[in-house]
Order: sequence, then C-alpha cells, then structure tokens
Amino acid sequence: MSTTPTRPSGGSTYEEVQSSAEFTELRRRFRRFVFPMTALFLAWYFLYVILAAYATDFMATKVLGNINVGIIFGLLQFVSTFAITMIYARWADREFDPTAERLRDHIEAGEVQ
Amino acid sequence: MKAFLAAAATEDIGEPALNIAIFAVFVVITLLIVLRASRTSRTATQYYAASRAFDGRQNGVAISGDYLSAASFLGIAGAIAIYGYDGFLYSIGFLVAWLVALLLVAELLRNTGRFTLADVLSFRLRNTPVRTAAAISTLCVSFFYLLAQMAGAGGLVNLLLGVEGSTGQNITIAIVGILMIVYVMVGGMKGTTWVQIIKAILLIAGAALMTVWVLAQEGFNLSALLGDAAANAPKGEAVLEPMLQYGLNDTSKINFISLALALVLGTAGLPHVLMRFYTVPSSKEARRSVVWAIWVIGIFYLFTLVLGYGAMKLVGPERILAAPGKQNSAAPLLAYELGGTLLLGIIAAVAFATILAVVAGLTIAASASFAHDVYSHVIKKGQMNADDEVRVARRTAIVIGAVAILGGIFAKDQNIAFLVALAFAVAASANLPTILYSLFWRRFNTRGALWSIYGGLISAIFLIVFSPTVSGKVGPDGASLSMIKDTSIDFHWFPLENPGIISIPLAFFLGWLGTVTSREPVDATRFAEMEVRSLTGAGAEKAVQH
Repeated sequence: MSTTPTRPSGGSTYEEVQSSAEFTELRRRFRRFVFPMTALFLAWYFLYVILAAYATDFMATKVLGNINVGIIFGLLQFVSTFAITMIYARWADREFDPTAERLRDHIEAGEVQ
Repeated sequence: MKAFLAAAATEDIGEPALNIAIFAVFVVITLLIVLRASRTSRTATQYYAASRAFDGRQNGVAISGDYLSAASFLGIAGAIAIYGYDGFLYSIGFLVAWLVALLLVAELLRNTGRFTLADVLSFRLRNTPVRTAAAISTLCVSFFYLLAQMAGAGGLVNLLLGVEGSTGQNITIAIVGILMIVYVMVGGMKGTTWVQIIKAILLIAGAALMTVWVLAQEGFNLSALLGDAAANAPKGEAVLEPMLQYGLNDTSKINFISLALALVLGTAGLPHVLMRFYTVPSSKEARRSVVWAIWVIGIFYLFTLVLGYGAMKLVGPERILAAPGKQNSAAPLLAYELGGTLLLGIIAAVAFATILAVVAGLTIAASASFAHDVYSHVIKKGQMNADDEVRVARRTAIVIGAVAILGGIFAKDQNIAFLVALAFAVAASANLPTILYSLFWRRFNTRGALWSIYGGLISAIFLIVFSPTVSGKVGPDGASLSMIKDTSIDFHWFPLENPGIISIPLAFFLGWLGTVTSREPVDATRFAEMEVRSLTGAGAEKAVQH
C-alpha cells in the first residue's frame, strides 16, 4: 500500500477508536439513518417501475385533464428524491457532522479513550 | 450533392455556418480557461484532483455536466418525443440513482480514497489483484461510455453541422477527439472541471429557455401541452401512458425492469463520476456536491419532459424519425421550430459542447486509472514518483483519445443507446457490489472482491454478446435493429437486451460466496482504519494550497 496512512498521533490506534463507545454510537446512528432510507427509496422506485410495467390501466387513469396517475407518480419520484436529499443533508449537517468532527479532532490529537 | 439535396428535401436544418461559429466560440473560451488551468496541473493531486480545491457547488454543477451526456439531453427528449411516457421512465432511473451515491457512497469514498475507485477497493484487501480488477472494470466502463459519446458525435454531424458523408463525419469525430485530448492533457482535472461547469450552465440555460417557450404557448398548462402532444402523435393518447415502447410482451417488460435496475444502481459505480468526489476538500463538500447535482439534474429532467412532449406537439414523431439523426434530432428540431436558425445554432453548439465535455471527463478518469492503478501501483509496484505518474497519465490520455477516435469512426453507424446501457450495467454489476461490501461488510475479502468484479464484468459483457442487441433483432420492416446488420447472422439466445437483472444479483452473490469460501483472515487493523476514516474523515486527503 503506497498511501501512507496518517496514524493517530497519540497513543490510541484506529482499532481502539473503532471499539470506543463514541465511535460505535456514531456508526450506529449513521446506519440507522441511511439503511432504512435506502430501503425506502428503492422500494418506492421499484413499486413505481412495476406499476408502470404491469398496471398500465391504473397508471393511465386520468386525474386532472390529461394528467394521469402515471405522470403524477413520475413527478412524485422527483419530489421524493428532492425531499430525501434535503432531509439527509439537514440530518448530516446537524446530527452527524458535529459528532464526526469532534471524534476526528480527538483522533488527530490522539485523545480517544 | 445528391445526399445534400435529399437532406434539404426532408428537413431544413438551419445554417451550418452559424452552428459551427457558435460552437467555435465555446471551444475558444474553454481552451483559454484550460490554458490558464495548465499552470496548476503539475503534481498528481493537481492533475487528477484539481488540488481538491473546488467547492461543493462548483463540483455539483460539474458533476451535472459530466452526467448530462448527449444521451440524456438528446436521447431522453427524443425518446419522449417518439414514445412518450417511456422516455420519462428513463430519466427517473437516472435521477433516483443519485440517492445511492448520496447516502451510501460519496462521502465515505471521499474520506478513504485519493484519486481513483481502485484506491478505495484495495484499501484493506490485497493490493495488486484487487487494484488490477478495479482498473480493468474502470477502463471497460469508460471505454463503452466513450464509444457511445463518440459515435453520437458522428451521428449528430449530419443534422447539426450540415456535414454530409462518411469522410465529413470521420473528420468531425477526429476533431472532437483531438480537442478532448488537448483539454485533458493541458488542463488536467481543473481544466476539465471548468469545461464541465460552463457546459452545464449553457445546457441548463438552453433547456430552460426552450421549456418556458413551449409552456408559454400553452398558457403554462401541462395538461394542455400533453393533450396537444397526444393529438399530434400517430399512437394518440397511448403516448401519455407507460409501456408504449417496452410493453410489447412479457420479455420486453422484464427487459424494462432489468434496465431500471441497471440505471438506479449504475450511477454510483461510474468511475468518471466517482472521481469527481476527490476534487473537493472534504466529505462535507462531497455531500454538498451531490445535493447540488441532484437539484440540477432533477430540474433538467423536468425540462426534458416538457421538451419531449413539446417536440411531439410542434415537430411530430414522423418528422423527427424522418430527419437525419432520427430520435436524437427531436430537441434540435424543436429549437428550430421555436427560435429559428439562431436558437438551433445555440442548441447545436450546446449538444456538441456536451459531447466534448463528457468525453473529456471520461478520458481523465480512464487515464488516471491506467497511470495511477495499473502503471504506478501494479507494474511499478508503487516505486514511482508522482511526476512520472502524471507524465504517464498525460500520454495515456493521447492513447485513449486515439482509441476513442478510431472506435467512434468504427461505431458511428451503430445503435449507440445499448453502449450507454451496457456501461451502466457493467458499472452496477462490477463496481457497486464491491464498493458497498468494502465499505460496510467487515468480513469481505480479496476473493470476494475479485469474484464480484470479474463475475459482474464478464457476465454483463457475455450476456450482451448473446443478446438481441448484438444479433438477431429484426424490426417490423425486416431491417436489423442489432449491432450486426446482417440479419442472416443470429447467435442470440439471451432474450433480454439489458443484462442487469442477471448480472447485478450475480455479482452480489459472487461477492458473498467468494468471501465465505476464502480462508483469508480479515485485516482488522486496515478495516478499523478504513471504517474510522470513512465515517469521521480523520486522515482524509486535504486540499492543497498554492
């Protein structure tokens, strides 16, 4: 491996950080946010794809003038993508970053217990 | 002359001299910027990662520039203009895919890698075999994508620049290739990024202008636009409903689902997109990049919905299919219908700028992977200084440019859509499973990575070779719709055109199987380092000050 890893300068190693309570909590919170969110948007996307392929009559039902269920569901995919993007960015900025940054500063100063 | 008259009879294509002039202005401006950028493209970090000095907003716009290829702009608008709703389905897959990159890949990758995808995949596994595999799949994806773009450039020439005949197209492909080599060699990642940013802004502005124009004619009523579009289509209201293109039978529906799977999982495995995350100073900026990219790309695809139905209404599917360039000509013809010669000239120039910028982005990713992964790490075993590596990368860019020019000339009459679909299928099969396993699965090991990368790569290409895209697909008029135009040659046995539904699950399965059958012990130290770095950003590569 040619990349010279930056070793934590203090006594603690990455393995010690990995098993620290603070890091385990950070990892748990990250996974508890991104995994269910990924499952949610993938399920919604594939529901839409399968409806488009096998429920064409339902998708063709007119709702507003010439706008049918298919167009509305398609536009809702855009809405949900934008919404998840904003929710994630907000969560990451407010909930995740402060802990991650504190931990990083501790690691780089070698102070993780 | 005869061909010229034939073209003139079928479609009035505006003023080629004006189209070329507007495009030339773009080339001159971007070349000046690239020359300025060349002053800071010497070290490896400068050349591959633009000193990691772009901010999230700039990089997000550049990512959009990289992603919104001619296939997106001309292809999706054209697909909607001809098939209606099914073209819209494409754009949704391309957009939702970005959530995979946002939630699971971008930030963690930024924190653990330096320049290439292989940096991350080989982080805690055996370096040489994994890096080689990742570089091979990077080069394959880039090559398929590059061919599609170059072939698209050739096909567009007919319509946009009034260049007739094979020689004219070949010359245009060569010019695109040479310009791209200059951008990449001289400007490095910094120059390429600015080209992407300028192109993205032009593309969005052009599409926005046409969208407002089309909607204004309908009093900003989407329902009225849809109604008028359907009234001008031979298939009538079916263009407002899904499955006009894919709904022929069960096989074509499963093919559609296979495509949908490749689109949504392919994006986060595209090497030229992943490499862009290294041009920002931190994972927080990588996150901001993706947020910006999602907004820009999403809004652009909403524009293409209006443009596609607008072209259906104002130009009509029959006239589009009769024009040189067929489906791809929908957006340019719409521009001509709306704003005459001048708007066509602008849109034509934007389309060329699009191809040029995407091709440059692919070239830098491919040349970085060859120089950094294959040459420096595998051949020279890491015993190479960074300056020499950059020199190799520059030379590789020339080779890739030459290959792209030859490939583009060879492929210019081919159906290019399948090349893009193939690139996405390979990226989703060969790259994404290994990226996710290495980031999230402690036990993952070298054999798992190799089985997954090679298994995904080989199965995707193998299935494509024996699919109707290569041989044996015959249209209703008896003409071949496959790559091999001779209808007597038919060796296809795999019914789907897109291999994703088989190759993606297979690659995930092989990654698991390879891992559990291998007795290689987990490198606990390296895994700890990778996991801690990926989440906290400790020890991540920093921006370089000049």
